[in-house]
Amino acid sequence: MKKMVKHALAAGAALTVLASAPALAGWTDVNLRQGVTEISREIYSLHMLTLWICVAIAVAVFSVMIYSIATFRKSKGAVPATFDHNTKAEILWTVIPVFILVAMAIPAAKTLVKIDDSRGSELTIKATGYQWKWQYEYVDQGISFFSSLARSSDEARELRSGIDPNSVENYLLDVDHPMVVPVGKKIRVLVTAADVMHAWWVPDFAIKKDAIPGYINELWFRAEKVGVYRGQCTQLCGRDHGFMPIVVVVKPQAEYEAWIAEQKKARQAAAPSAAGVARLTAPNDHHDETTLRVANAE
Amino acid sequence: MSTTHTKDHAAHGHDEHGPAKGILRWLTTTNHKDIGSMYLVFSLVMFLVGGTMALIIRAELFMPGMQLVDPGFFNTLTTVHALVMVFGAVMPATVGLANWMIPLQIGAPDMALPRMNNFSFWLLVSAFTLLILSLFVPGGGPSAGWTLYPPLVLQTGDALPLAIFAIHLAGASSIMGSINIIVTIMNLRAPGMSLLKMPLFVWTWLITAYLLIAVMPVFAGAVTMLLTDHFFHTTFFAASGGGDPVLYAHIFWFFGHPEVYIMILPAFGIVSEIIPTFSRKPLFGYDAMVYATASIAFLSFIVWGHHMFTVGLPLAGEMFFMMSTMLIAVPTGVKVFNWTATMWRGSLSFEPPMLFALAFLFLFTIGGFSGLMMAIAPVDFQYHNTYFIVAHFHYVLVPGAVFAIMGGVYYWLPKWTGHMYDMKLAKWHFWLSTIFVNVLFFPQHFLGLAGMPRRIPDYSTQFTDWNMVSSIGGFAFGLSQLLFVYLVWKCVKGGARASAEVWEAHPKGLEWTVPSPAPYHTFAEAPLVK
Repeated sequence: MKKMVKHALAAGAALTVLASAPALAGWTDVNLRQGVTEISREIYSLHMLTLWICVAIAVAVFSVMIYSIATFRKSKGAVPATFDHNTKAEILWTVIPVFILVAMAIPAAKTLVKIDDSRGSELTIKATGYQWKWQYEYVDQGISFFSSLARSSDEARELRSGIDPNSVENYLLDVDHPMVVPVGKKIRVLVTAADVMHAWWVPDFAIKKDAIPGYINELWFRAEKVGVYRGQCTQLCGRDHGFMPIVVVVKPQAEYEAWIAEQKKARQAAAPSAAGVARLTAPNDHHDETTLRVANAE
Repeated sequence: MSTTHTKDHAAHGHDEHGPAKGILRWLTTTNHKDIGSMYLVFSLVMFLVGGTMALIIRAELFMPGMQLVDPGFFNTLTTVHALVMVFGAVMPATVGLANWMIPLQIGAPDMALPRMNNFSFWLLVSAFTLLILSLFVPGGGPSAGWTLYPPLVLQTGDALPLAIFAIHLAGASSIMGSINIIVTIMNLRAPGMSLLKMPLFVWTWLITAYLLIAVMPVFAGAVTMLLTDHFFHTTFFAASGGGDPVLYAHIFWFFGHPEVYIMILPAFGIVSEIIPTFSRKPLFGYDAMVYATASIAFLSFIVWGHHMFTVGLPLAGEMFFMMSTMLIAVPTGVKVFNWTATMWRGSLSFEPPMLFALAFLFLFTIGGFSGLMMAIAPVDFQYHNTYFIVAHFHYVLVPGAVFAIMGGVYYWLPKWTGHMYDMKLAKWHFWLSTIFVNVLFFPQHFLGLAGMPRRIPDYSTQFTDWNMVSSIGGFAFGLSQLLFVYLVWKCVKGGARASAEVWEAHPKGLEWTVPSPAPYHTFAEAPLVK
């Protein structure tokens, strides 16, 4: 047994060294972020609540296990008891968890109801997943464009490209044309896909919805802080699944309006020469929009 | 006593009762011990094949940038790694243990349907031959993830029909194996062994077999629809023809969730055998353990939606699946508490099987906690399809199911071979595996929470550190398994003779009443169970 303890200590030490080194960068590297919306903060606190409940139960249960392992050892001359049940204890540890679960389920259900309520949105954007890029259509403004992996990342991510990813700014999390939205407004995103399933996720908004051909899914967020928020496709969608990031730029209202005006102007300038294809940045857009024919809008 | 009968029997030296010689013995055998051994060896080979794929994945993920493989091939690796580990390693290992141990534990002379038993095994070999072949056909291997979601999976090249037929064959094999197990348990128990006197391993397998029969045909149906969508212009899952891709997800997970319990319930059974033995105390709450297992099996049919919280389920659906999923924590908790209570005031010793059972107890519980966290639907929007889920299911499957299987092998290996194995080496294997499985998978929780999606071949630079740690753990864990291979091989070749009881802890159960190695034929006459 001594030998085992020795092994365990050595292993523990090695693990601590291994584990502590990269952790210095702070908690955001190892935990969920709080994000920049009311919902994201609620989700964060639900996450922390569940986590701490789990930690508390783990401490209790693991203590009993460790105590048993340390105390009731044959090598210490422990004589086994013969009991094989204890009705009271069994009822207790069946019923108490039910109460804990209910305590967790109630706030979770409340948040779920809030997330589901997309009424009163102030801007609607349709996000369509393609292999392997996103298309954003500002439904009421008539603006539409594609959003692909930024060129710098795209070059560096080639097999044995020889480019150090650390030298690329926002490696794999940058796009050529980000989605732009105003701060503090309730933005509704209609999510769908043109070829295979994708999923639209921005961790700072704590929203994730699958983009499914033939379906229009709905999500909403209200970003409270101006900034650039990055996410990725989170449904396996083929070879370049890892290379279709999502970038949302949250701007003050005035700057957002200026951006809209600029987009419209650019679109008008491009319209005559583009022979009716009213798209800004979609040179290879050969996808058939009719895949949405049987759209199942809930 | 049974022991005497078997000995007498062997003494007659009936030729027709001994194994045939050479390769024919293995091709034509109907003996549950031979078939059990073949399943276990097959599973070990698949574990190494799937493990090698995992190591290529971890090597590519060691640092950002693409260094080794094409992203498409990376997807093939994740897909085939999962299929091989689930259907080729974990499931056959538990079937192998069932073949070896169920007849021995219930006092039966063999499985009830021995020829079908042989057929089940060789079908499985055919299935995996097809699957591995599919890696080398035009268009590359299957790469749409083990869930085979359409429409993506319909973009697969020639590998698609091969993979689907592989699944059909493996499914047929599982169904036949399950029928065999149910019929054996229902009909061949020794006189006096009522259902509630059966060892827990037998119980968990009985329930698992019912799960398999219930869901394997569902999965076979789903992949058949994929096949007709691809080759015969049906549109079950194609929106352009009025079909529905989400339908596939529903069908798949109606199979998929019971499937994860198919992998873990026999593990529960093994742990429930090992812990009482080395605690020298009867299993705490035997009846509760049986009922908890049955409850988990029942719940597994009504929680599939928690794999699909992001597909756009209606609010009521999300509520239902959130709460039904949380309920699973109750019977699972009962099991963990009962194992702990079994050790309480026992007299513990720490032979290799017990070490693996204890690691299972701690680490499976961690996997259970992350499972509970993901049951909370709104928070799952953050966890879904990130490395958090990867960490979760690897915790329940590797230090969960795989450790329990290894514990089972360490527990019964002397009974099979008649030799004690190298205890010191086994302990080395245990400690290396336990340490590095955590180095491998624990950081993946962090990666997921920090926002790294799963199934990506390359990642943003802020994820570098933990990926490196995880990859180092992966290689160390993988290499440690070679110790296991060597140990088993050495034990088959020779070693100190094992007694009938094997363990000085006086394990309970009929399997310990027959000599070690267990004779080719046991319980020709049924033992009497009081």
